[in-house]
Amino acid sequence: MNIMSELTIIFGLCLISEGISALIPVAFPASVIALLLLALLLFSGALKPEHIQRASGFLVANMAFFFLPSCVEVMEHAPAILGQLAPFLLVSFLTVPLIYCVTAWVVQLLIRLMGKGGRSHA
Amino acid sequence: MLDAMLSSPLFGLTLSAAAWWAGCQVQKKIGPLPPLLTAAALVIAALSLFHIPYASYAAGGDFIKLMLGPVTAVLALNIYNQRAILKEHFLPVLAGCLAGSLTSVGSVLVLCRVFHVDDALAASLLPKSVTTAIAIGIAESRGGIGGIAAAAVMVAGLTGAVFAPLFAKLFRITDPVAEGLAIGACSHALGTTRAMEIGPVQGAMSSIAICVCGILTSILVLFL
Repeated sequence: MNIMSELTIIFGLCLISEGISALIPVAFPASVIALLLLALLLFSGALKPEHIQRASGFLVANMAFFFLPSCVEVMEHAPAILGQLAPFLLVSFLTVPLIYCVTAWVVQLLIRLMGKGGRSHA
Repeated sequence: MLDAMLSSPLFGLTLSAAAWWAGCQVQKKIGPLPPLLTAAALVIAALSLFHIPYASYAAGGDFIKLMLGPVTAVLALNIYNQRAILKEHFLPVLAGCLAGSLTSVGSVLVLCRVFHVDDALAASLLPKSVTTAIAIGIAESRGGIGGIAAAAVMVAGLTGAVFAPLFAKLFRITDPVAEGLAIGACSHALGTTRAMEIGPVQGAMSSIAICVCGILTSILVLFL
């Protein structure tokens, strides 16, 4: 597939998702709708991985770069955050290992209980 | 001339690309310092030092931010490529994401009470473990501030991206499926960038967690 046709598929799906997101009554992000739509197309066989392989490869390989403006934007909200810096940082930071621990242990225990050792995938 | 350059979207694009390149060079020389941290610090330092308004940067930065949608969408391919493992572990995946989402919402609520955080900040912190687009929507629908929610999402994402390997050792997580899901549940797409470096299974499971936890958190907060 031509890179432009790959981008047309990806951008087109995101555009359709923007429309769907505006239509549904609850606040639900277009990016996740696009992820679900793309997964649906891939799993149903309507779209083959090679139809989006190169463009997806580039986007995923450079994924963290696209978060840079969001990180820089934090400076715009510095006064509001600095006013309550300690609780902001404590809540944002402390909950991360807690969520990690609970999620990982629930999954690891269930996989062990169901007799499927995960080590074979490593 | 300088005004013309600063008002062009190309300013934000060039500064972002240059800062990112510098961040990658620092990572090569110094080690495990994520390029995102270095690049963000460099851009903020440059804007502050030369008194350049944030709006000048945002004119170009917004183009890059716009790509977060397509970047999130193509994670579907990672999920598809790992479909055999997803099928094999469907129940643990679903249970893990539910546990992670409940812990995320519950722990933020409890800690906000403990620290006597005001309602607007609490609403902004509530969705901090889901991806930016979802987080802003949830925060604003509950009277929070989108920008603070985005900042909290970044702190959570960076914490997960930097400390994920340490968490795996600390909590004795040996299963790659559990490791990937936990990274995605606590630090969304930013953590997923690190999960993909750790391994393909971890990367795909982290992508699944972004999607499932995003949906579950959106539903959970409707009941608060």
